[in-house]
Amino acid sequence: MPQMGESIAEGTVSKWLKQVGDTVERDEPILEISTDKVDAEIPAPSAGILVEVVVEEGETVEVGTVLALIDPEGIALVDTTPDKTLEPDLPSGPKKITELPDLVEPSLVTTQTSDVSQSAEERLRTRSTPVVRKIAAEHGIDLANIVGSGHAGRVTKQDIVAFMGSSGATGADPPTISAARARDGVPIQSEPSSLWDSFYKEVQHPEYPVRPADQVEGMDKMRRLTAEHMVVAKRIAPHVHSFIEIDFSIIDRIRTLSRSRWEAQNARVSYTAFVAWAVSRVLRDFPMVNSVVSGNNVIYRGNVNLGMAVDLDPGLIVPVVHDADHLGLIGIGNKIVDLASRARARKLMPDEIQGATFTITNPGVLGTVVGLPVIPKGTSAILGIGSIEKRVAVVTDQQTETDVVAIRKRALFSLGYDHRIVDGADAARFLSALKEMLESFPEDA
Amino acid sequence: MNSPHRSLAVRELGTIEYSEALELQAHLIRERREATIPDTILLLEHPHVITLGSSSDYAHVLLDAGELEKRGIALFEVGRGGDVTYHGPGQLVVYPIMDLKPDRKDLHRYLRDLESVLIKVACSFGVQANRDPSGTGVFTELGKLGAIGVRVSSGWITSHGIALNVSTKLDFFKTIVPCGIRDCGVTSLERELQAPVCMAEVKECMVESFKQVFSL
Repeated sequence: MPQMGESIAEGTVSKWLKQVGDTVERDEPILEISTDKVDAEIPAPSAGILVEVVVEEGETVEVGTVLALIDPEGIALVDTTPDKTLEPDLPSGPKKITELPDLVEPSLVTTQTSDVSQSAEERLRTRSTPVVRKIAAEHGIDLANIVGSGHAGRVTKQDIVAFMGSSGATGADPPTISAARARDGVPIQSEPSSLWDSFYKEVQHPEYPVRPADQVEGMDKMRRLTAEHMVVAKRIAPHVHSFIEIDFSIIDRIRTLSRSRWEAQNARVSYTAFVAWAVSRVLRDFPMVNSVVSGNNVIYRGNVNLGMAVDLDPGLIVPVVHDADHLGLIGIGNKIVDLASRARARKLMPDEIQGATFTITNPGVLGTVVGLPVIPKGTSAILGIGSIEKRVAVVTDQQTETDVVAIRKRALFSLGYDHRIVDGADAARFLSALKEMLESFPEDA
Repeated sequence: MNSPHRSLAVRELGTIEYSEALELQAHLIRERREATIPDTILLLEHPHVITLGSSSDYAHVLLDAGELEKRGIALFEVGRGGDVTYHGPGQLVVYPIMDLKPDRKDLHRYLRDLESVLIKVACSFGVQANRDPSGTGVFTELGKLGAIGVRVSSGWITSHGIALNVSTKLDFFKTIVPCGIRDCGVTSLERELQAPVCMAEVKECMVESFKQVFSL
């Protein structure tokens, strides 16, 4: 069943236009499917002989399900026991009609040949449904390890649930599969909860009547995704925010002293770079701020990947500085500039917007004094940087030890945190540590 | 982002028989697939006809064959999505023959776009129409104003499309269960406004809305 749209999970075979034994040309319509109010013709992905119809008329199946087999060599090789045949072992020849080149995005174009040398990715795609892949991704399970009971060895939802119940599940997410382990010897258990589907995953926005002078426009993809993400993020995490004021005098001094050197190196070190550098170091001491609540477990992330919110006007995207704690100040600075400029040019790679473990947003660049940012799904905290501006501050003169009124460059920082895992005192300690780091910024960073 | 430049051809066909429109669409689908014509929308009205989409239930046609014939209502089973519907004079039917490749290959998006077109047209006459989460189409408080049923042929070429009740005699809907929704009333622009509406003006708005929604 080809993917006929982003939000389409299944389709009904309404009519087979070709019968078993018929010769089909590439791109010739061979069946019709219907989904909601649309009928669609599905063309053959390749020429050959239709050797098996797997899904009968009237049946509704998930996207990715094998609908029929076409033998490209015209040898009528009818496999009579498809349900027991693992896909990689199929005799060479028949091509599965699952995802059709003409109907899917380039990344999904794989007309499966039943080669033994199938890539893991292809196996994953053809041997499971989207629901199963989602569960697998959430629980860090390699589908290749599961024996599927579905057609041609496909892994069904029951299979993966049973697998997790047995032993294989680690409860970790994919990037940290090997590193995940239970702290304090607490066994890690994970069960997919139906709550996820009913409340945490589905977002329906209520509709309102349109008035005569109004304009009604559909949300574009980015807006739609952002809207859904925000609703879900707020539903899941109980948000609390704490604030701290941070002085940028030392950082300003370093910037002034280093300016000519950085210019010579073509380095771009913004205030945000200083903050990202300091955050990445401080996070090491506050694992709960760099974690995520997952079921009844807490996953403490093994990496420090900083999501950096970039305003696209309109829209917003959050590219990720991976392993920021291993980068120097200049490295982080250059990376941020590079990601931001490519974000605006819409040239980010998919893995550059994934895997954030903590996020920094910078409402201050547009003059906002302080923000109350929403914690991105899958993380436990987000830092908002307010506008960095000259303020009147009472400081103590170090030589005379008297209090004086001074003009200092300062900014209000806000930390939004998931109160399930981060306590108020944790947040306060984190912000104090960050303040201390930024106000006595190491010159060799 | 990088939408290809598209143009839109509009064909006004007046009132044409349902069978004739089917043939014309089949022909235009081939031409569109071969790219010998641009994206095209057909604006027309049908004589009284009841059509059954692929998910139709015959029980939703409330008259038997004899009764239909007596009333001069034709009956067609057609390869579009959706349940049973009625077309007739005073209803603006729009059949877009468009290539959804490369940037619009999403059936749900296409349906939502067609709804947007209908909402915009209604809006320009001061009628508030909305989507309804329970089904495709656009609705006012009085009932269904516009219906949608489409087909996507090999190569992502669309046909069939939308039907907007402008001055439709709504009694004819009593011969069917519109789109299988038993509780659903039907309405028209004239019923909403309690005033005559000029079909030519509706067509103009329709073309305009199409261009806006599909960035043509």
